[in-house]
This record gives sequence, C-alpha cells and structure tokens, in this order.
Amino acid sequence: MIAEIGHFGLVLALCVAVLQATLPLAGAARGDAALVALARPAAVAQFLFIATAFSALMYAYAISDFSLANVAANSNSAKPLIYKLSGVWSNHEGSMVLWVFMLGLFGAAVAVFGRNLPPGLRARVLAVQAMIGVGFLLFILFTSNPFLRLVPAPPDGNGLNPILQDRGLAFHPPCLYLGYVGFSISFCFAVAALIEGRVDPAWARWVRPWTLAAWVALTIGIAMGSWWAYYTLGWGGWWYWDPVENASFMPWLVGTALLHSAIVVEKREALKTWTILLAIVTFSLSLIGTFLVRSGVLTSVHAFAVDPARGVFILFLLTAYTGGAFLLFAIRAPSLAGGGLFAPISREGGLLLNNLLLATAAATVLLGTLYPLFLDVVSGEKVSVGPPFFNLTFIPIMLPLLVAMAVGPMLPWKRGDLWAALGRLKLAMALAGAAMLLTLVLAGVHSIGAACALAIAAWLFVATVVEFCERVRLFSAPFSGVFRRAVRLPRAAWGMSFAHAGMAVTVAGIAGSTAWTTESIVDARPGQSFPIAGYTVALDAVNEVKRSDHTATRADMRLLKDGVLVTEMHPEKRFYAVENGAATDVAIRTNLIADLYAVVGDPDGKGGYTLRLYHNPLVPWIWLGAAAMAFGGLVSLTDRRHRVGAPSRRRREAMAEAVQAAE
Amino acid sequence: MSIDRAAGVSPAPERRNGGPSARRWIFVVPVLVFAAVAAGFYAGLGLNPTILPSALIDEEAPKFDLPPLPGQERGFASADLKGHVSLVNTFASWCGPCRLEHPVLNALASAKRVPIYGINYKDAPDAAKKWLDGLGNPYTRIGADDGRVGIDWGVYGVPETFVIDKAGRIRYKHVGPLTQADMDRKILPLLAQLEK
Repeated sequence: MIAEIGHFGLVLALCVAVLQATLPLAGAARGDAALVALARPAAVAQFLFIATAFSALMYAYAISDFSLANVAANSNSAKPLIYKLSGVWSNHEGSMVLWVFMLGLFGAAVAVFGRNLPPGLRARVLAVQAMIGVGFLLFILFTSNPFLRLVPAPPDGNGLNPILQDRGLAFHPPCLYLGYVGFSISFCFAVAALIEGRVDPAWARWVRPWTLAAWVALTIGIAMGSWWAYYTLGWGGWWYWDPVENASFMPWLVGTALLHSAIVVEKREALKTWTILLAIVTFSLSLIGTFLVRSGVLTSVHAFAVDPARGVFILFLLTAYTGGAFLLFAIRAPSLAGGGLFAPISREGGLLLNNLLLATAAATVLLGTLYPLFLDVVSGEKVSVGPPFFNLTFIPIMLPLLVAMAVGPMLPWKRGDLWAALGRLKLAMALAGAAMLLTLVLAGVHSIGAACALAIAAWLFVATVVEFCERVRLFSAPFSGVFRRAVRLPRAAWGMSFAHAGMAVTVAGIAGSTAWTTESIVDARPGQSFPIAGYTVALDAVNEVKRSDHTATRADMRLLKDGVLVTEMHPEKRFYAVENGAATDVAIRTNLIADLYAVVGDPDGKGGYTLRLYHNPLVPWIWLGAAAMAFGGLVSLTDRRHRVGAPSRRRREAMAEAVQAAE
Repeated sequence: MSIDRAAGVSPAPERRNGGPSARRWIFVVPVLVFAAVAAGFYAGLGLNPTILPSALIDEEAPKFDLPPLPGQERGFASADLKGHVSLVNTFASWCGPCRLEHPVLNALASAKRVPIYGINYKDAPDAAKKWLDGLGNPYTRIGADDGRVGIDWGVYGVPETFVIDKAGRIRYKHVGPLTQADMDRKILPLLAQLEK
C-alpha cells in the first residue's frame, strides 16, 4: 500500500511539473500575474509529492519489503538499518528517485527563499526547472520504476554489494547529487536570462548563492568518494581517473569557473555571455555524467546495470535540455550587451585566466573520458585512456592556475600593477623557495617534482594568508581595529581565503602522497613484527569473527614507535555470504601529517597472512584541504549580499549598519 | 522590476568586436559541438563495450610473442594457448579494479583448474613485478605488452579476461574486474563445457 502511494506521488509530481513548466512561462510572456504566481506553490507541491515517493521507498527499504523487486534485488533483512536505507540509492532506480528528490528540493528552495527575485524571473527559472523535472519523472515512470511489485515475494533479498556497505559511502551519493542537481538552478537561471534577453549584476548576484551551494555539496561529495576509495579499496589509492570519477569532476571544474566568472558579471558587468555559457555547460556535464553512468556506453567500476532503452531516453533528455539551451544561446546571446574589453592585468583579468585554465582542464578531462567511445564509433578501434594521459595533460594546466591563484586576489579591479602585486608576495616567494629547498634536502634530489608542487602549495597558502592579513591590516594597525575589520570583512572574502588556502593544502597532500608513499607487502605469522617508515607493526593474532551478515578475518596489531605503543590496529577482511562477496576494512592510524595504513589479506594456508602496510605522508591533507574549500564555500554563502531574506530585512540591516558607522 | 522584464529583449544587439556576423557565428559553436557529441553518444549506444567485437569471437587468438617480466625466464606467446582450455587476463599495476579481481584469480590458480596467462598491459616491468611479489602470482606465464598486442586482442581497458578453448580460439570475453560470482556463474561453467 505504501509503495502504491509512492508510485502515485511520482505521477502527481509529474502532473504538477507539467503545469509548472508551462503556465508560469506563458504568464511571464503575457504579463499575467496570476499565472506567474502559480510557479511558487507548484514548485513546493512538486517537491512534496516527490518527497512522498522518496519516503515511501525509504520505508520499503527500512521494513525490508521484498515484494518490491527493487528492494529484493538490493537489500537483505540481515543488514544494519543504515545500509538498508543507503541501499535506496545504491541502485539505478532508487538513485533516480533521489535525483528528482534533489531537483524538487532545489526548486522548492528557490520558491521559498527566492522572495527577493523579480516574479517574472522566478517564474521562468521554476518553469525551466519543472521541464527538467518532467523529463526525469517520465524517465523514472517509464523505464526505471522502483515501485514495481514482485509476485510471489521472495523470502529474503539479494543484498547490497559489500564494498558499498560503508558509512562514508552512505552519504557520498546524496552529496554528489545535491551538487549535480544543484547546478540545475544555475542552468535554469541562465535559460531564464536568455528568454528574458537580460543579464545584469543583479542576475549574477541571484545566481551565485545557488551555484555556490551546489559547488559546496559537489566538493564534499567528490572528496567523500575519493576518501571512500582510499580506505575501502585497500591499497592507498584515492583517485583513478575512472570515467565516472571524471563525470563528477568535470562539473566541479566548470562550476568553479562559473563561481568566479559570476563575480565579474556582478562587479564589472563583463563576461556575461561566457557566464551564461558556463552555467549551461556545468549542468550539461552533470547530465552527461548521468548518461555515461546509466547507459553503458563506457565501462567503469561505477556503472549501473546496462539497459539500452534507458540510454536512449537519457540521451533524448540530454539533447532536449543541453541542445535546447545551446540553441537558445545561439539565438539570444548575441543580443546580450557585451561588457567590452578590459586590462589583462586586473582582478577581472585574473578571473578570466582562471576561467580559461579551468575550462581547458575540463575539456582535457572530457576528451580523455570520451575519446575511447568516439574512436570506437568512428573506427571500431578499442583503446583505453588511463592515468598516464590525465597526469600528462591535466597537471600542466593546473600548475599555472595554482601559481596565478596567489596573484589574482592581490590585483585591484579595472587596472592592476603586476609588479606591485608581486612585491606584496615577497614573503610567499621566500617561503615557497624555502619549502622547495627543505624538501630537496630532506627527501633528496629525485623528489624534484614533489618539491615543485610543495613550493607551489606553499606559495598559494602564504599568499592567501598575506592577502587576508593585509585586508584586516594585521601587523600594520592596532589589534582592536584588526578584530573589528575581521568581523566586518565580507563573508565572501573570508570564504575565498578558506577555499584558496584549502586548495593549497590539498595540492600539498596530493604531492606528498604521490611522491613518498612507502609500501611493504609481507607474509606474516602471528608473533612477527615488521618495520615501516620508522614504526614497527607487530601482528599479535588473527581471528575469525562471526557477525550478523558477514564473517571477518580480524587481525590484532600493535603499532609501536621506538618500542612504545602508539595504538592498536584491527584491519579486517570480511566475507558476505548472501552477496557472495568480500570487502576490506582497512585500519588507518593518522596523525594528520601521515597515515599508517594496514590491510590484512588472504591466508597462505600455512598459518600466515598477507599483510600490506603503507606509510602515506600528507595524504590526510587532501581531504582536510577539501573540507576547508567546502567550509569556505559555506562561509561565502552567508555573505550579506547573498542573504536571501526579504528586501525589507536587508534594508533594515543596511540602516542599522549606517547608524553604526555614524556612531 | 517585475514581469515587464519579459519585454526587455533589447532590439539592437551591440556590435563591438569584429563584424556582426563574425560575432554571431561564435554563439553557434556550442550547439554545433554539442550536436557532434550527441551524435557520437547515439552511435555509441549501439555499441556494447562489455561485449567482444563479433569479429573476434570464436576466432583464433591473434598471433603474438611477448617478452617476459624481469626475473622470469619465459614470456607468453600465442603458441602457448594450443591444446588446452585456458584464461588470458590483462592486468596492470596502475589499474585499481585489477586489485579487486586479483584474489579471485589467486583462488582459481590455487585450485589448479586451468592455466591463467597474463598480459601485463602498458606497465612498468618493475612495478608489475613488485605487484605480483606482493599480491601473489596466479599466472602460469606472463608477457609484457607495450600496448600493441592489446590492440590486436581488442583490449579496451584493463582488466579484461578471455576464455580460450582447446583449439586456441577466443570463446568469451569478460570486461572489468572478475568477481567470485562471475567466476562461479559464467567462467567455471564455460570452462567445464569447453573441456568436454
């Protein structure tokens, strides 16, 4: 019964979405305020109906209702509740419901929080968003319905792939989808602007918080995914340039460019058509990602079950939305007033360079991802494009970006002085040089690549800190004033400092982990000890442990430094009988500078076990930096100029500020 | 600022850089590029990367003679495939999914069911050796391939696993990491059938 309510919820959501996609658009075109006003309640209603369906599916998973084919195929009654629930989005059908749930959530958020938007623009944004909703709801109902019944119901389900049974991964898809789907709002704003034929600083200010929110979610989602790969796959790697990883990374790159170009539109009324284009491209790359994962055109460890009918349907949706938006762009963009030329050495010049490099980097990743497919189409030849290609092309594009990232914030708008900016970066230069020398001395001359990368990271980090200190005039003004200026500093400036510093930390983490990971693979018997990177790992015992849904081979290890116990470690190898699959539970000891990483492998049949021990320097920084970037985005989101409250409240605040300033 | 923004389509486009037509053309580029990409996707839908191109199935395995990895005496050549049923597995130390399937291959090797031959694909020989020393070596013979033999085999990405019959013909191809379930449900029944 609950499942039928869920199914019905999807049908009702579709009906509302059809109305929402048409009437407000017509209303905005004809100046009919009543039809325009329809957009908001419709968006909220659409969300509530989808939320009903999503809740019904969650409920079916929670109570293990195996009369639903989808639950039977992807869950099992012996699972802990959290993995029953995360099973909802572990499969194609359920994850599509999550997808439209996020879409509805963002639509409702625009309806509720977008009170300061002009009604016409808001109506168009919500109507375009409903068009996307219509397409994907139809897709679910006709090709991927998770509410189909199974008669007779099996006594128990097939279970969930063991390597997906993980706390981190339970939240990875929702974050990722929040990001992917969040970019639909930027897309809708861009299409609405093209329909209106108008892009102005206010438009850029309205679109920015939504882009930022999606970007934050996508940053967290990608970081969680790579962290999951690091501690689950059991060999210390954290990025594979897999087509599906690339599918999430490309929208991130272009979305990052979009965040920066929107600033130029807001401050200088330039780069308008470029920003519109980026908004369309960002969401289109999200859609391409959806297509690649679900159509089976590329092989990937992440791909869902292949069904050609679904592939054709998603390709149709992709063509309708992206093709339609680009067509509209071709017709309307030439009539958008251009911002004219500006000096290359200026804040906007720096942001343009950022955009060009990020777009090139994204294009490179797109090329590497699609090349095997297109070559197959054109010549029938099959090739694979692996990490060597991406390392050779992507990194050389990112390095100048990171170097320039330190300089950009130092440049004023309109006309900057590069030498003056570099003069303020003397400290950064000195410390970057010091980082390079120190690395070469400590790690040897063969670490030249890592030394350069660490120098760039230090350069960016110090420059970001210097820029922040100059803004609040730390060291150059009395401290009380520094505190006041820090509090008054726009949150966006705080956010930028966090995000840029976080990027520097991530780069250092990538450099360190790539250059200095040490690996030791040993055949170990209980009672033996092994040295690694100045530590000693003692294997005390290996036991079989039975749990509700799996049996584990659990190693008891002690990590010693100079004979003193640092910590106990318990890596496990788990076997899941229902799913007939294994998963590795890695033991990681981190001191936030380096990880000690231990994996227990298969028995050798003679009382020994394969142990793999890794010392991964700086690896934790990859995710610490990503967390700082996401935190910076969140801080920036609270900036006064994005605050999405009613205009009257904004005016009151402005008034209070003026009074304060006068005092 | 309300609904009348709708009427705000400016009738006179600004024409600054280049001629009006040159400027207009640039805006058509995205839709053209996208059309090409979408056409590629559509054509790609007809192809299935997990299925061996029909040209190779039931055909004799391509001719090759690959050198050994350092420290091993013999490489791997097409002559090795004759006279018995075997698996040919492509792998590389840089390949994440290969790590996932490695225990499955180890299990098959310790069961001594059929020989497993390895094509070490586009790999650094030392890295491959270290990899095998650490994870175990399930392969009867290994050949180091700089990529050319892989193309003959239609290798699209690693790992891929081929089932070869007694006559040295390719009978099945599995793309992506082999799970124990793949092994039990597909590979082992097929081996039993081919050995008859």
